[in-house]
Amino acid sequence: MFNRLIKANGRHRRLEGWPFIFTALTALAILTGTIIEFAPLFLVDDSMTAPEGATPWTPLEVAGRDLYIREGCNNCHSQMVRPFRHELERYGNFSTAAETAFESPHLWGSKRTGPDLARLGGKYPHLWHVRHMEDPRSTSPGSIMPDYPWMLTARMDYEYLPSVMSALRTVGLPYSDAEVENAPALARAQAEQIAAEIVEQGGPEGLANKEITALVAFLQRLGVQHSEPLTAAPDQP
Amino acid sequence: MAELTTTAQAGALARPTLEVFRYDDRIVRHFTLATILWGFVGMLVGVIIALQLPFPEANLGPYLSFGRLRPLHTNAVIFAFAGNAIFAAIYYSTQRLCKARMFSDWMSRFHFWGWQGIIVAAAITLPLGLTTSKEYAELEWPIDIAITVVWVVFAVNFFGTLYKRREQHMYVALWFYIATIVTVAVLHLGNSMAVPASWFNSYPIYRGVQDALVQWWYGHNAVAFFLTTPFLGLMYYFLPKAAERPVFSYRLSIIHFWSLVFIYIWAGPHHLNYTAVPEWAATLGMVFSVMLWMPSWGGMINGLFTLRGAWHKLRDSVVLKMFVVGITFYGMSTFEGPMLSVKTVNALSHYTDWNIAHVHSGALGWNGFMTFGMIYWLVPRLWKRELWSQKMANAHFWIGTIGILLYVLAMYTSGITQGLMWRAFDDTGRLLYPDFMETVIQIKPMYWVRLIGGTMYLGGVVLLMVNVWQTIRRAPKDLPDPAVAVPAASSTSAKDIPVA
Ligand code: HEC
Ligand code: HEM
Ligand code: HEM
Repeated sequence: MFNRLIKANGRHRRLEGWPFIFTALTALAILTGTIIEFAPLFLVDDSMTAPEGATPWTPLEVAGRDLYIREGCNNCHSQMVRPFRHELERYGNFSTAAETAFESPHLWGSKRTGPDLARLGGKYPHLWHVRHMEDPRSTSPGSIMPDYPWMLTARMDYEYLPSVMSALRTVGLPYSDAEVENAPALARAQAEQIAAEIVEQGGPEGLANKEITALVAFLQRLGVQHSEPLTAAPDQP
Repeated sequence: MAELTTTAQAGALARPTLEVFRYDDRIVRHFTLATILWGFVGMLVGVIIALQLPFPEANLGPYLSFGRLRPLHTNAVIFAFAGNAIFAAIYYSTQRLCKARMFSDWMSRFHFWGWQGIIVAAAITLPLGLTTSKEYAELEWPIDIAITVVWVVFAVNFFGTLYKRREQHMYVALWFYIATIVTVAVLHLGNSMAVPASWFNSYPIYRGVQDALVQWWYGHNAVAFFLTTPFLGLMYYFLPKAAERPVFSYRLSIIHFWSLVFIYIWAGPHHLNYTAVPEWAATLGMVFSVMLWMPSWGGMINGLFTLRGAWHKLRDSVVLKMFVVGITFYGMSTFEGPMLSVKTVNALSHYTDWNIAHVHSGALGWNGFMTFGMIYWLVPRLWKRELWSQKMANAHFWIGTIGILLYVLAMYTSGITQGLMWRAFDDTGRLLYPDFMETVIQIKPMYWVRLIGGTMYLGGVVLLMVNVWQTIRRAPKDLPDPAVAVPAASSTSAKDIPVA
């Protein structure tokens, strides 16, 4: 039976004379796997539900996240801690589906040229990040991370945020009308606060309207809100 | 084909009526030159980022920093270098396999210039930091729409050619082209769904786990249907041509085509082992990846065995040498891939340079060398002039091969070193290397070795450029499209060796 299909001048040979049927069968072949694999995920899976009480990023953090994407930090940093003991020791609790439920796009990454950042929030004071971004070698001798000095001088324009926040709301992030409309003001307020803390820590003045402040806000938020106490994880294979 | 049968029924006349038409070779010349140009650019960017890793001082300002140049490298080598190469292969071989000129010259031109426009747009927007962050799909939504339009025109042009073909049966290369065109369209549309926030900014409609799975369904199958199936089609056409041997096994080509196309699409979640995706999805990805080994090697065997009894030809043919090394690297990376999908191996390899080694053994070995082999075969035929220097082509072969070996050996060493250091514990149960920097400093020397390997490989491309340039300079000014005469209403059955 199978042989009749594939022998020289068999049934398959006839199929080779029908390009459109051939194409339809090819499409069927690739759609089968696609549909079977995705159907459960889109129809019944609840991995898209954020933990109870979780709130999405503040407008300033959204701006910082956009900078993270713009600079391609995800090409060197993952944000996905795997459930191995050595990763828990190094980074903190392993990442769960629920805590990434607001991530559009996801920033899990595929390469760790630098360390994982999923649990970065609170690890360092703001000023450390400012110094590190300005010149990574100053805080981490021998580092191969690029420097980003312009982030300390480039002005941040928050007026663009409402359109971003409303796009994010469309894809499912629970922002209120007020948050969307007042995004620039909210961002500015948070930036003032962070900038003041940077000065308190002995850092430079006048960073409130600079890109670095938005980035720091985002970095300090990573893994903070939804972090649960370290739980037992499957052992390293 | 109904319109062709009107002239005469074969055999009804003593002398069959001949029908004359011309192949469009100009478009193939265009795509070939674009392949070489973008190959150089994309790999030059590769060398630059390879320098930036051990030597961060080479990050020059915002537009040329590693995070922005790396996507430029991947997009340039995949979509510009490999992309133009497969279009050259498809436009050359489809016309011959169908015994027909492309369906529409206008569409061929639109496809060519549209695609180059997209590449230029990518080369401008990525350094500007306009990116979606999704790997191999970094381009923002207006460019995504342009890609869709160009791809549709390409598809119409291709299927139109199939429709008006004069050869009844489609040769196996065409099956792989069909799979490429259909699947890339589905993947691109599926993964690029996003809500724009402005002209230069958008957010995917998927979030978290969904976004990751859709992304790697796309990412993995971009490898499958952009870097594998079209190159298998290329192999099935150009290898038998260059070796002057029919393909090893027709049955094997049927079996490995359908199993490859069916199985590949499931394997995406192997990029997400041990992440927050549901366990069943990762396991499914792993199982199908392991199964994928067989059809992949079916392709390799069909390629290498085509040379049975013709191995002596390798000595004088740089084209065959390139093909053999290319197919061998295909075999190696498709053995390695299933291995990397196994969870215990992936636990070590994921996030490390092992991936980079795997990627480049496929990319430099398989995609690069198959492309170079094709170019060395095509250029004398397209420009009606012997290749300027066989010696130089041989030098390209050797410098390229050594370059690949240096590149991948360095990255295996650094990948495995780093993977082991990350997970090492001391006797008291604490991390042996708690400071991440220790693991970075350890692998820096390997980054320098990779830079040397990559530079050698790029040097090979420069030799190719010089050789092609000198050949073209000596080519006749006038290059008319080759004319072909076929008996009207021919319906010869396809043979295993492609007809030209
Ligand atoms: C070339 C790869 C590379 C790029 C691109 C890169 N980094 Fe890094 N990053 C590193 C390396 C290596 C380290 C470890 C050494 C150090 O601390 O500088 C690091 C460390 C860090 C740390 C400290 C993490 C910790 O737990 O100690 C932070 C925060 C960080 N990077 C943020 C960023 C941000 C934000 C960007 C984008 C603007 C970025 N990185 C881009 C390679 C990179
Ligand atoms: C001169 C030749 C080349 C050099 C020096 C080079 C160098 C590099 C470097 C340094 C990286 C980044 C690795 C990292 O982040 O650690 C990279 C990534 C990559 N390169 Fe190349 N490259 C070359 C050719 C190619 C070619 C021809 C292709 C494809 C056809 C290719 C495809 C890729 C891909 C897909 C990645 C991303 C890998 C991943 O995300 O895992 N490269 N390359
Ligand atoms: C049977 C065939 C193959 C299988 C099963 C396979 C499997 C894999 C696996 C498991 C990974 C690692 C994912 C991770 O840990 O992050 C990977 C990465 C990759 N492979 Fe393959 N591979 C195959 C063939 C190929 C070929 C032939 C090429 C190139 C021409 C290729 C290109 C890539 C690329 C570009 C990546 C990096 C993706 C990224 O992280 O950015 N693969 N592959």
